[in-house]
Amino acid sequence: MKVLVSVKRVVDHNVTVRVKADGSGVETANVKMSINPFDEIAVEAAVRLKEAGIATEVIAVSCGSSQSQETLRTALAIGADRGILVECEGELQPLAVAKLLKAIVEKEQPQLIIAGKQAIDDDCSQTGQMLAALCDLPQATFASKIEYQNNLLTVTREVDGGSETLELVPPAIVTTDLRLNEPRYVTLPSIVKAKKKPIDVIPANSLDVDIATNLEVLKVSEPPARKPGVKVGDVNALIQKLKSEVNVI
Amino acid sequence: MMDKTLPQFGPRESMEYDAVIVGGGPAGLSAAIRLKQRAASEGTEVSVCVLEKGSEIGAHILSGAVMDPIAMTELFPDWKSRGAPLDVEVTEDRFLFLTEKKAYKAPNRLLPECFQNHGNYVVSLGNVVRWLGAQAEELGVEIFAGFAAAEVLYNDDGSVKGVATGNMGINKLGEASANFQPGMELHAKYTLFAEGARGHLGKQVIQRFDLLKDRDAPTYAIGIKELWEIDPKMHQPGLVIHTAGWPLDSDTYGGSFLYHLDNNQVAVGYVVGLAYQNPYLSPFEEFQRYKTHPEIRKFFEGGRRLSYGARAIAAGGLQSLPKLVFPGGALIGCDAGFLNASRIKGSHAAIKSGMLAADATFDALRAARQSDELAAYPAAFKESWLHEELYRARNFKPWMAKGLGIGTLMVGIDQLVLRGKAPWTLRHRHADHECLKPAKESTPIVYPKPDGKLTFDRLSSVFISNTNHEEDQPAHLTLKSRTVPVDINLEKYAGPEQRYCPAGVYEFVRAENGRDLLQINAQNCLHCKTCDIKDPTQNIVWVTPEGSGGPCYPGM
Ligand SMILES: Cc1cc2nc3c(=O)[nH]c(=O)nc-3n(C[C@H](O)[C@H](O)[C@H](O)COP(=O)(O)OP(=O)(O)OC[C@H]3O[C@@H](n4cnc5c(N)ncnc54)[C@H](O)[C@@H]3O)c2cc1C
Ligand code: SF4
Repeated sequence: MKVLVSVKRVVDHNVTVRVKADGSGVETANVKMSINPFDEIAVEAAVRLKEAGIATEVIAVSCGSSQSQETLRTALAIGADRGILVECEGELQPLAVAKLLKAIVEKEQPQLIIAGKQAIDDDCSQTGQMLAALCDLPQATFASKIEYQNNLLTVTREVDGGSETLELVPPAIVTTDLRLNEPRYVTLPSIVKAKKKPIDVIPANSLDVDIATNLEVLKVSEPPARKPGVKVGDVNALIQKLKSEVNVI
Repeated sequence: MMDKTLPQFGPRESMEYDAVIVGGGPAGLSAAIRLKQRAASEGTEVSVCVLEKGSEIGAHILSGAVMDPIAMTELFPDWKSRGAPLDVEVTEDRFLFLTEKKAYKAPNRLLPECFQNHGNYVVSLGNVVRWLGAQAEELGVEIFAGFAAAEVLYNDDGSVKGVATGNMGINKLGEASANFQPGMELHAKYTLFAEGARGHLGKQVIQRFDLLKDRDAPTYAIGIKELWEIDPKMHQPGLVIHTAGWPLDSDTYGGSFLYHLDNNQVAVGYVVGLAYQNPYLSPFEEFQRYKTHPEIRKFFEGGRRLSYGARAIAAGGLQSLPKLVFPGGALIGCDAGFLNASRIKGSHAAIKSGMLAADATFDALRAARQSDELAAYPAAFKESWLHEELYRARNFKPWMAKGLGIGTLMVGIDQLVLRGKAPWTLRHRHADHECLKPAKESTPIVYPKPDGKLTFDRLSSVFISNTNHEEDQPAHLTLKSRTVPVDINLEKYAGPEQRYCPAGVYEFVRAENGRDLLQINAQNCLHCKTCDIKDPTQNIVWVTPEGSGGPCYPGM
């Protein structure tokens, strides 16, 4: 079974994001970028399927600028076999990404496509679902468990207050949740190996896909600053404050 | 910890290189670049790798910085056309003596050469280093970011064999967790240590080979820095301001820097010599207080703080420079201590020393040598402009240690009249950790409360350093004795680690049984190494945490 994994280059999750002074977006100059954590989980899931003898090939695909190759290298170091960069400059919105991925899916004909449930930069949680619709494929989102037997995928999903188990006939799309797995630490030899694995660069404009942005960002702003807390001496003081200052009791 | 986990996983894997470089700062990357350049120009191959504990190249780099391009030009004569981020030339130098309310500007013609920055560039060293990293990769250097060198390896004959990276996935109790990855051994014909000030492995090598024999104790300073975006009306690209005086008392060595970069950004920082005596002194709070001076505050009104961090500075100069080589390797950059303390400039020295060591390494490799002493490196250093520069500057720090008044006067005579060629060389008599006075002989200092606009507390500051450590791992701030922190540090010195640590890692708390306890919030650590330097009984030992832990500075 061929597995395709989508990986996005995002601001590292340890970095405190900072809104640009003019409110037009988030500052990314000189900021550490990494693989979207949910995509790292997706790659790990695919590589585990390969290690279990289920997947035959794991392909990582990223859409974006040439720097996204670093992100693909991370996927290759975890254990993906090869990478595809759909190269384009400028902003890509989820619909455009889904269309580009569809073009790659048509070319590669994977049996399973694994994406992150959301990218931690714009938190859209749309790409996987749109891709499923565009390709007319079954989907299981927010997966916390993926099993495969007798040409059937059994996926456990995280839903409010519990879990739901679905059966899908591949080809299918799965998006990953946090609990699916804990990605491995990449090792030095795997990084060295990853440098030698192939990455195909495909210019986005060669795919005959309309990637124009159809949403306009009006403003990006920081969350309101949290008011400083106070320490109360004892329970009485707390009750007093809840009564007189917060007016909740 | 190593011994407990390793046996069950068998021997570590290893990789072989001609040269292994520990630390991807200006020194390490320049050495790597130079090795590859030499190989290319002489038609041979060398295999070089660089280990960097930060999650990416530049993530742990914090500097001022005004950079003297002299060494960069030697490394890449065409750095400009290659797009090195040295964009803002120094346009104006100001040196201010501060009193609480006033600022006195020293006339520029009276400034010693070391405070004149004509022809230098205001840079983010982090960005320069990111650029150097990209150049190195292009030349074929293997850069492993996110991997800390945790251990020095030795050959049977005692020479350095290489280093081992730390284990990954060890939990708080020191046991292997489900995704445990044992460290790797990196073996090299020569290993260059480029960890910056107070290198964790450099310190061990210095001890093992007694490299400080007949030299002075190394001395350090702590530099705390913030990056600001200021009101465009107050911004003057290329303006460089240094101050001395208030808020420090005249017995404590220190001062500030304030550098205008481009894009309305200003780097502001405070440097305090770690030979300070009063255990109540808090470099962090001195820095916050300094910003409230009318002459300084005006720049920041209406601005916003973008980042924060701190790093130790190796300020011993020539007198404290250890022997640079030992069988199988060398110390370069601030790991050795090549920093001109009179200019607080070390980045050019780091690059230069990296190049000199690389030349010696390359020649040795060509001669099919390995694991011996690279004597050509110290010899070349002696003949270089760097030696000349450090020789002239050698008395700056010791004079300043005598207090600001006499210090400034004598530095003036030393540098202006004698141009640094005075026939005397002053000694650093004490290591920094020996300088604290007991609390009862010292005056407590009351610092003003932060206002959250111009001045801040430690926690909100640490937040924007983006520091992070995997939670479930043993603390990398280790204690030789568990009782010393309370019995000596707290009892005798009023717990100085609570004040000198710029990240609030050390907190004395009262346990339920009423006893005092040192709580170590290792996750906040900025890898500045101040505790390792200043702890009065040298009970605190900084070791490398799991790779990629630590700050993630955006262009500091
Ligand atoms: C506040 C401040 C202001 C300064 N101002 C100036 C200035 O204006 N001009 C100037 O020229 N210089 C200035 N300096 C000095 C300058 O920053 C240093 O001299 C220079 O950074 C030294 O370079 P280096 O490569 O030796 O070490 P560093 O820059 O410290 O780099 C060392 C690298 O090695 C990594 N490392 C350390 N240990 C390990 C390990 N065990 N395993 C893996 N990786 C490791 C670190 O993460 C780091 O990336 C200033 C320094 C400070 C702190
Ligand atoms: S714990 Fe030590 S190294 Fe870490 S920030 Fe504090 S003083 Fe610096």
